[in-house]
Amino acid sequence: MDNNLENEKIEIDLLIQAIFRKYGYDFRNYAKASLSRRVQQRLSRSNLKTISEMQHKLLYDQSFFETLLLDLTINVTEMFRDPYFFKAIRTSVIPELKRQPFIKVWHAGCSSGEEVYSMAILLKEEGVAQTARIYATDTNEAVLQEAEKGIVSIGKMQQYSRNYMDAGGMSSFSDYYTARYESALLNKTLRKNVVFSCHNLVTDGVFGEMDLIICRNVLIYFNDELQNHVFGLFRDSLCPGGFLCLGSKESLMFTQCSDDFEIVAEREKIYRKKGKRG
Amino acid sequence: MEGVVKSKYRAVVIGASSGGLKALKTILSVLPGDFALPVIIVVHRHPNADGYMEESLDHKCTLSVKQVDEKEKIQNGVVYIGPPNYHVLIEDTRIFSLSVEEAVNYARPSIDVLFESAADVYGPELVGVVLTGNNDDGVRGLQRIKRRGGLTVVQTPETAEAESMPKAAIAAVDPDHVLPLKEIGPFLNGLSIFNIQ
Ligand SMILES: C[S@@+](CC[C@H](N)C(=O)[O-])C[C@H]1O[C@@H](n2cnc3c(N)ncnc32)[C@H](O)[C@@H]1O
Repeated sequence: MDNNLENEKIEIDLLIQAIFRKYGYDFRNYAKASLSRRVQQRLSRSNLKTISEMQHKLLYDQSFFETLLLDLTINVTEMFRDPYFFKAIRTSVIPELKRQPFIKVWHAGCSSGEEVYSMAILLKEEGVAQTARIYATDTNEAVLQEAEKGIVSIGKMQQYSRNYMDAGGMSSFSDYYTARYESALLNKTLRKNVVFSCHNLVTDGVFGEMDLIICRNVLIYFNDELQNHVFGLFRDSLCPGGFLCLGSKESLMFTQCSDDFEIVAEREKIYRKKGKRG
Repeated sequence: MEGVVKSKYRAVVIGASSGGLKALKTILSVLPGDFALPVIIVVHRHPNADGYMEESLDHKCTLSVKQVDEKEKIQNGVVYIGPPNYHVLIEDTRIFSLSVEEAVNYARPSIDVLFESAADVYGPELVGVVLTGNNDDGVRGLQRIKRRGGLTVVQTPETAEAESMPKAAIAAVDPDHVLPLKEIGPFLNGLSIFNIQ
């Protein structure tokens, strides 16, 4: 192997160790390719010469670590991403949930909240907002603070509005926000039943008795072993008959937990935990 | 099998943008069933595109053509196309990873992201090909491939439906080969056959 290449790989492994030991964030079982890309990117934007120098800086400078944390936890998200997924929630999941007096929803890896607000809009239109409670979690506190504000850049609203319509929206998307200069402020009432909190899927435990778990585009960043761990966590956090939703390129099939679930919609990545509600 | 010399190359990556589907048909349709390398492709397309591209290419080719799956193992003689709206990266263990990180130069999937990641894994055993397109995606990726000792190939701009992308690549990289569209397939085939003696 090219000598530089080999050294860079060693340096990245050591960097990941340093982050874990110093700050407790465990990236050791994340998929390496993306981590390495993000570290290299940060390096080229800094005045540091090597990843080893970056490691030194990160140990002694907490604010630099926080910047790097934002790089490593990729926080890109949008409202009603994959509209056909939200449409399937309306047709295949909501009718089942409607039979219950109370609904608990968990968005794991909710980033800055766009997906959560999308779900809140959908639940409202389906007439179950009053009986639902949404737990929205992420490992990254900075994005959770963003999520709580509910502010989206106005430039994105046109695309979100299109997504909303494609997702079976029943009203006008502009009913859900007020425009202020460059930003759109999402209606406060949407987050009335939403609780934002910090939860790390690698190091934290079960989040109990959920009816619906949505974890999209988070598991793509994990290796097989960690994916299996998290699938186990989701299985144990769901009620029997509860739903699990993944991102469009993620799948529960061929994992250690596939026998515990049945497929509701394979293209939309909606699964249901086996067993009857007690 | 004995008598099979270890090949010099382990993978081919291809990037294309506008005019890409047609160009890919021309190239892939001449690759024979015993083509010995994986072919990994990123084409710019609409975020909500369906599987039409994969199907129509699969129909045209002897090799099987499929969309990249998350954490899928890379196999020789298979043509992989990056899914719409995701970047494609390659792990050291020769499996695919996907990412939704920001578009790079307005592109997701980005050719640069695939090429850079592939160059880091395959080093000198990689062949990178830049085809038709209306932007300059692929430039940084091809530079990385060159830096890591891989082979760089660009379509002759005059034979491209959109010239900017091959032109930008030629200007920035000084590629090892600049080939007319019709010759790229046979050229790749030559590299692959060359490997088995
Ligand atoms: C690409 S975003 C996905 C956002 C949203 N679910 C979507 O699909 O649009 C991935 C999110 O996962 C979070 N994440 C990464 N590792 C995590 C972990 N170990 N525990 C909880 N969240 C994590 C990141 O902070 C980031 O906000």
